[in-house]
Amino acid sequence: MTEQNRIDRRFSRLRGEGRKALVTYIVAGDGGLENTVPLMHQLVASGADMIELGVPFSDPMAEGPVIQKGHERALASGASLRKCLATVREFRQVDEETPVILMGYANPIQRMGEREFADAALDAGVDGALTVDLPAEEAGPLNSLLAERNLRNIFLLTPTTTEERIREITGLASGFVYYVSLKGVTGAGHLDLDSVRDNLEHIRRFTDLPLCVGFGIKDGASARSVSAHGDGAVVGSVLVTAVNEAADLVAAKERVGAIVSEMREALDR
Amino acid sequence: MTKPGAIDFSTFPDASGHFGPYGGRFVSETLISALDELQAMYSRLKDDPEFVAAFDYDLAHYVGRPSPLYLAERLTEQAGGARIWLKREDLNHTGAHKVNNTVGQALLAKHSGKTRVIAETGAGQHGVASATVAARLGLQCTVYMGAEDVKRQSPNVYRMKLLGAEVVPVESGSKTLKDAMNEAMRDWVTNVDNTFYIIGTVAGPHPYPQLVRDFNSIIGREARRQSLEHFGQLPDALVACVGGGSNAIGLFHPFLNDADVKMFGVEAGGEGLASGKHAAPLNDGIPGVLHGNRTYLMEDEDGQIIETHSVSAGLDYPGVGPEHAWLKDIGRVEYVTADDKEALDAFRRLTRTEGILPALESSHAVAYAMKLAASMQPEQNIVVNLSGRGDKDIFTVAAIDDIEV
Repeated sequence: MTEQNRIDRRFSRLRGEGRKALVTYIVAGDGGLENTVPLMHQLVASGADMIELGVPFSDPMAEGPVIQKGHERALASGASLRKCLATVREFRQVDEETPVILMGYANPIQRMGEREFADAALDAGVDGALTVDLPAEEAGPLNSLLAERNLRNIFLLTPTTTEERIREITGLASGFVYYVSLKGVTGAGHLDLDSVRDNLEHIRRFTDLPLCVGFGIKDGASARSVSAHGDGAVVGSVLVTAVNEAADLVAAKERVGAIVSEMREALDR
Repeated sequence: MTKPGAIDFSTFPDASGHFGPYGGRFVSETLISALDELQAMYSRLKDDPEFVAAFDYDLAHYVGRPSPLYLAERLTEQAGGARIWLKREDLNHTGAHKVNNTVGQALLAKHSGKTRVIAETGAGQHGVASATVAARLGLQCTVYMGAEDVKRQSPNVYRMKLLGAEVVPVESGSKTLKDAMNEAMRDWVTNVDNTFYIIGTVAGPHPYPQLVRDFNSIIGREARRQSLEHFGQLPDALVACVGGGSNAIGLFHPFLNDADVKMFGVEAGGEGLASGKHAAPLNDGIPGVLHGNRTYLMEDEDGQIIETHSVSAGLDYPGVGPEHAWLKDIGRVEYVTADDKEALDAFRRLTRTEGILPALESSHAVAYAMKLAASMQPEQNIVVNLSGRGDKDIFTVAAIDDIEV
């Protein structure tokens, strides 16, 4: 079992229990570098299955205004890819079970070097990476480096991804597939549930990987609706908003905890 | 260094949009289908006789091409060396080379059936050129412009508004061109069903670096023909300023296979390379990934993009087109810098000696060309791309002179 990746282990447990995954996103360093690890523990305590830790970047092209500002605040507080890795290492001192995925952009990884990144991620206790601006055609080298270290590489699929690309991407993907529920940026608000259902059914024909749905998930009800046809829901912008609006760490933990608990209950209902 | 002549430059980019290790498509999956659609359309149309004829017609009758190749005699005399010829892109409709590309992309937009165009802009020249073609075709137009640039380029903001465009000041990040480009990408991904994104430079994800280059290559094709007409041979050297690099690649590309033609791209040296306050990624940056392509970037040790500085807003960009990155590495083009002071001196010099008010961007090319000319022989010829006119910059220059206009 030690060889198994934490992401795989979590999905196999959830499948066994007939439950859906709740994947939660916050930006590392948002609200202060020292607060990220306590917030991660809070996410887990309130029912998160996995943590996507946003690696801040100066030019987060795929993000809506809420997460963009989270990246800006994190950078202002001194966050970087190296500090994100240190954050995961610190989290692992207490939590050996919860999968952590680094979600970010290609350039900080390029700067560090893909091989050094893969080594450092493994060493820190990271379980997978999702590099937003590294689509299948550019992802080959990093994909191999991660796979050699038993780390997972998460890819996005969208409502506009063609069948040919779905085959190509699911051939490279591991851990799970992140289905982007709408045309737009993170935090947008026009979720079309019929389209999500149809597209997930279509994607299912090409892969046995778990399918998680993100973009536009705001509360328990929307999380429950989208994951009815998949294996889980990803929530980000509402958590980043909660962290930002809280006056201090105690308040942030309370708000984030409330949102995650409500979603957990809705998913398990 | 690869010997020029060993490479057929007309065959690049490759099928996946790469120039050597540069270029490509580094975007979220959410944009891939839109880029595929654009690429398929462009491949179908670029050699289609009707499309080519429509583009040529617009260049002749709407833009006012060909632009003259003008011998700057007094400037040549003052520089003391090779003859300096100016390729007068400043005489185009809207006052810069940018319109070559927007006319071309507007034709693509029309073919796509989309009813709305968006653009990013720094100095405002590309925004104006986009708003212009949108007005002409009756398309809705939104231009993203960094909030800082909105402040320093107010005449162009007003021009865009007069043309019926909505100008959105971008408050994120450094509030300049790079952030405007991020915001335009976000708009595009959200409204891709009815929106065509007119990128203004030879950067961005494939196929943009290719199609923006192709539309601007009219500059080099004309310059080639005009050189043969005026002095019976190809130029000894070409000089153009490089921000994203669209005017430079437009001039250079039709000459790349001519091994004897030397080329110089002039980046913005700002307050000097040593100061760190500049916009010269090819001189002082490293390869990385931004705005959908791999290229040279200005970034810190954590891979975060850093703020750039130049007196000219149009060169104030932390990246550069991927083809330039490749041409640098293989040694086909030499990339140099002119700093703010040299550019301002050249701005004043050209205005006083030739009666031509150059854009501050183009002034960088003029500054370097004068130095280069002095090191060459009187029978040699330099073609400088005078990429835009300087009317938009008189407020900036007046402010430097402490004069209220």
